[in-house]
Order: sequence, then structure tokens, then C-alpha cells
Amino acid sequence: MAPNPNSEFILELDNVSKYFGSVIALRDVTVRLRRGEVHCLLGDNGAGKSTLIKILAGCHRPTQGTFKVDGEPVALQSPCDALDRGIATVYQDLALVPLMSVARNFFMGREPTRRVGGILRLFNREQAAEISSAKLADMGIKVRDPEQAVGTMSGGERQCLAIARAIHFGARVLILDEPTAALGVRQSANVLRIISRAREKGISVIFITHNVHHAYPVGDSFTLLNRGRSMGTFRKTEIARDQVLDMMAGGLEMQKLMAEFGVRV
Amino acid sequence: METQPNPRPPGSSGPQSATADADRPPETNGGPPAPRIVEPPPGAPPPQPAADERVRTLSTFHRVMGRPESASIAGAVLVFVVFALSAGDSGMFALDGVMNWSTVSAYLGIVATGACLLMIAGEFDLSLGSMIGFTGMMAAIPPLFFGWPVWLSMILALACALLIGWVNGTLVVKTGLPSFIVTLGFLFILRGLTLALSIIFANRTIVSGIGDLAAQDPVVRFLFSGTFANELFTWAGKHGWIATLDDGRPLVRGIPKVILWWAFIAIASSYRLTHTRFGNWIFAVGGDPNAAKNVGVPVRRVKVSLFMFTALCAWLFAMLQICDVGSAAADRGLQKEFEAIIAAVIGGTLLTGGYGSVVGATFGALIFGVVQIGITYTNVNSDWFRVFLGGMLLVAVLFNNQVRKRVTEAR
Repeated sequence: MAPNPNSEFILELDNVSKYFGSVIALRDVTVRLRRGEVHCLLGDNGAGKSTLIKILAGCHRPTQGTFKVDGEPVALQSPCDALDRGIATVYQDLALVPLMSVARNFFMGREPTRRVGGILRLFNREQAAEISSAKLADMGIKVRDPEQAVGTMSGGERQCLAIARAIHFGARVLILDEPTAALGVRQSANVLRIISRAREKGISVIFITHNVHHAYPVGDSFTLLNRGRSMGTFRKTEIARDQVLDMMAGGLEMQKLMAEFGVRV
Repeated sequence: METQPNPRPPGSSGPQSATADADRPPETNGGPPAPRIVEPPPGAPPPQPAADERVRTLSTFHRVMGRPESASIAGAVLVFVVFALSAGDSGMFALDGVMNWSTVSAYLGIVATGACLLMIAGEFDLSLGSMIGFTGMMAAIPPLFFGWPVWLSMILALACALLIGWVNGTLVVKTGLPSFIVTLGFLFILRGLTLALSIIFANRTIVSGIGDLAAQDPVVRFLFSGTFANELFTWAGKHGWIATLDDGRPLVRGIPKVILWWAFIAIASSYRLTHTRFGNWIFAVGGDPNAAKNVGVPVRRVKVSLFMFTALCAWLFAMLQICDVGSAAADRGLQKEFEAIIAAVIGGTLLTGGYGSVVGATFGALIFGVVQIGITYTNVNSDWFRVFLGGMLLVAVLFNNQVRKRVTEAR
């Protein structure tokens, strides 16, 4: 797929709806991802974030509406289709195996090989260790030893490893599903820094989260989802963090709750 | 990798923090408080990761002990030392004694290799022992009762073994049922079939004479019968370097072929596990099948092919055994599935999958053979063998548990 430079948007969902039987998971949602921007998808639980990711990742096809990649309408048949077009999704489980080493995880399923004696095709472990260390260093993560088990890494480091892996294998678009959900403050900051680093490399990012405080510092534009509908897309210049917070389901509820508890708002 | 602590003094100014402090509800949606990104000035080089101050260099001892096979190697050394001290002068370490226990180890080592790879991939095959009896009978009855050539019946037995391995594996991966239950079913099915079919076709449960038939078939004889490097041993016997019989022939005629097969299977499998893509897939499939699937590892194909490989190991065991013993019996391979699992576990393979090594299983099998045979060279009653075995298994499992904790829970 040669990228079409004429299209301003690398991914577009136009008025997309998705129904599961009688359940309306998404209705008339429009999301447009500009090249090289970090686009935050915000929404509370049940807002339709997961369905949207799965459409973007090729797991689901929209019931209505169009999905365009580089301005061309596409019908992704599978996650592999999405990967072939450079759309990589990093799910919350990260697809890492804790008992395996960093290098083995990095290349899991896509191992580099070398030929020995013309017949044997062996896993090139030296190359795997070298590349994985280099790519992680590139992202600002120092790996103690590429042979160390992923189980010994912190949650933030694992997230960064999964992101670095996706970028190495040719992602033009990164879809990150709640990458900071289970992380502490420092580790979240690390992951946000990696997202920013990815943007510097020209990679477009869709960052799914329910935490405005994580989305706002790194995001260029924000799409708010609530109960399967989009509440609009805003550039960072157009909207303040507190407006975003108020628009999200939960923002209002939290204010009410604080009023109930007698906290001065 | 260290982040800036980013302290925010109370009452700090700036549009973001001023509003954020006033309006941020406590624990928005349960998420952690906002981290701030310190954006580097444009054009600045990316910050170089600093050396991690929270890493200490582990001693070589710690690193060596972190490998799956190290415990079994240490165990093997210990076992050798114990028997060298208690039975060193009994002939256990003379050439015939060595062949004795290494043959026992070799038989077990072949099936332990298959069981080990399958366990690393996260599955068991409890039908392995019954498979030994079944394939042995399948290879022995047609030549003895229907006049088939031995090689043909052996190939038929192999095809049957692979088919049953495929069925086992496919049932497990398609239904998602635990392999424990599925293969437990086949443990009984195959054992029962072996008994029933041998009664139907041969009207007995032990059929003898297959060893002689096998020895007449050049290919089968070359592969499975007798010993290897006989000339070397004869030559050494003539020079008086090894013990000989009264007529001048060496006491040990050569290396039993099962030992060569063991070496071949173990080396090839170990290499396969650690040095190939497929090996990486075995670890991945056992470590986290879901993650493996998501990155494109053909999880089902890996598991099914390992079930088939385990069946192949059982078949090889049976072929070597019927050629060596000269007969097939319906109760052959009894409890071998457990012995194979024990060898793999002593070798450091985790019962839960994702971790282990063929080298470990090889040493596990070696320990097994040395103790089983060695105990007859000592004054200790051989009834104690199983007690020792069970104890060894428990120690190994406890040790492996520690290893797993260290690998998965260290931060």
C-alpha cells in the first residue's frame, strides 16, 4: 500500500455504526486521524471505545458507514489485513509472554532467521538481541539484558516494549488500548513520553483512555465518546482540559458526588 | 528511563496547573493522577537513557542457577557422587554396568524428550505409556501372524501413532479441554485396545519371536536391533582394554542403538527448541497461548505437531524395545507417561508450560536410570527406588516453583 500523500487523514471513520443484534454499540461515529498526530479517544466504560478499536484493528466490520485508509475506502477482513496496511494495535494484555526473554518476545511470531549450510534455518538469536535492545534504546528504554525475562520488567517497561515492537514491525498507525490504565504515575509518564516519541517519528497514534489527565498532555485532538455516540472532535487549541472532563460521562457525576460530599468545587 | 519527579510546588502558577488543582476531582474514574510530560525543546536530541541504578550484577552462580536445566545437572552430579561412594567397587561403573543404566536412561530419555517439549508448550500426554504398548503390539502381530514384512508393520504402527497423536492434539486445541482429561481417555482406550486386539488376532497378550524376524530385515536391523560400533569393542577386547568372555569376545558387544537414538533425539530436539523459530513458538504457546496467537504464532499447529512428536517418541521406544527384548506385550510402557513427566520436571520444566529445557529432561532421565539400576548395586533394597523417585520429584517441583517466582515476579 503506497501511502496517498494527498489525503490529509491517514485513517477515517465516517458515520460508522455497529450493531450487535439489538445492541447499538456505535452510532454515527466519525473519527479522523491526521498524519503524525496523537488522537485521543476518550470515554467512560461502555462508551464504545472497545468496539471502535476492534473496527480499526480489523476484528469487526462496521454495520454502516465507511472506513478509509489513506483516503481510500477499505473493508478489512482480519487483524492481519490491518497489519499489512501498517495499522498495529497494542491491546491491554500486550501480547507478551512473561517467562520469555525480551528478545524472544520482541520477535515472537516474526523471528529473524539465518541459514546454516544452505538447509537449516535457524532463529538468529544474536540479531534478535541486538535489534530489540537497539529499538528499545531508541525509545529511551534501557534493557538490562535482552535475555532477561519480560516478567522481570515493570508494567510501564512492558507497555513500551509492546509499542516499540509494533513500531519496529512497520506500524504507521498505532492504536493503543488504555496503555496507562494499570500504571503508576511515573510509569504512565514514561508511556506518554514514548507516545510523544512515536509522534516525533511520524507515526500517527490513536490513544484510547478514560483518563483526561493522561490524554491532555500528549494529545493533539480529542474525540469524546458517550454511550455509543461521538460528542465531537476537538483540537487541543479549541478546548481546555476541564471542558473535556466535563463532557465525558463521569465528569458531571464526579462534580455532583463532590458536592454531595461537601467538597468545594 | 528514570522520569523527572516533577515536583509541583503548592500554588504554582501556569494555566494548566492552576485550573487543574481547583477542579480535578479526587481519583477521576479511578485513574492515577496526571503525570506531566516535560517536552524536550524542539531540536534537542532525545535524552539518553541513564544507566539503571536499580540493577545489581548477579553472581555467575545466580545466573547459572536461573537456567532451567542447572538443577538437574547438579542432581545428576550428586547422584553420581553418592553411587560412586556407595557402590563404586561393585561394577556399576564398569563398562557393562554403564551400558546397563545408560540403556534404561536412554529408553526413558527418548519419551521424556517428547513429553518435555509438549509440557513446555503447555500440554501433557498421558497416553504415552499406552502408546508404547499399542504400537509395539501393532508392529509385532502382523509379521508373526499374517506374514507381513517387519518394516511394513512398523510403518503402519508409526502412521497409527501419528494419527492418534493428531487426534489427541486436535481434540485438545479444538475443544479447549485440558489435555489431562483428553489424553487420560486415550490412556485407557489404547491400553484396552492393545489387550482386546491382541486377544482377537493372536489369542495371547505376549507375542514372542518378533526380535528374530526384525534381525532378518536389514533396514530394521540397521535402525533398531542390537548394538553399534561392535568392531571397535571387539578390537578393544582383543587388546585387553575392556572385559572379555572366556572365548575372547568382549563382554559388551557394542553401544546399544537405543543410546544413539536417545542422543540423536535429545540433541535435535534441544537444538530445535532453542535455536529455531519453531522453538520460540513452543515457548510462546506454553507461556501465553493468547499472546502467541495475537502476534501470529500458529498455536494450534504447534500444539498438534508436538502431540504427534510425542507419539512418534513412544513409537520409537516401542520399536527399539521389541527388537531388543524380542517380544511385544500388552502391558509394555506401563506408567512410562509418569516417568517421562517426572524426568522432564526434574529437568526443570514447569508443569504449567512456557519454561524448560530438553537438556534438563535428558539429565532427568539420566538420574532416573542411574538410580533405578544403581540401587541394585548397593546394599539398599530396590524397593526404595520409588520412595527416592517421589522425593526427588517433590524437591524438583519446589525448586522449579522458586525459579518461576523469581522469573515472573521480580520487578
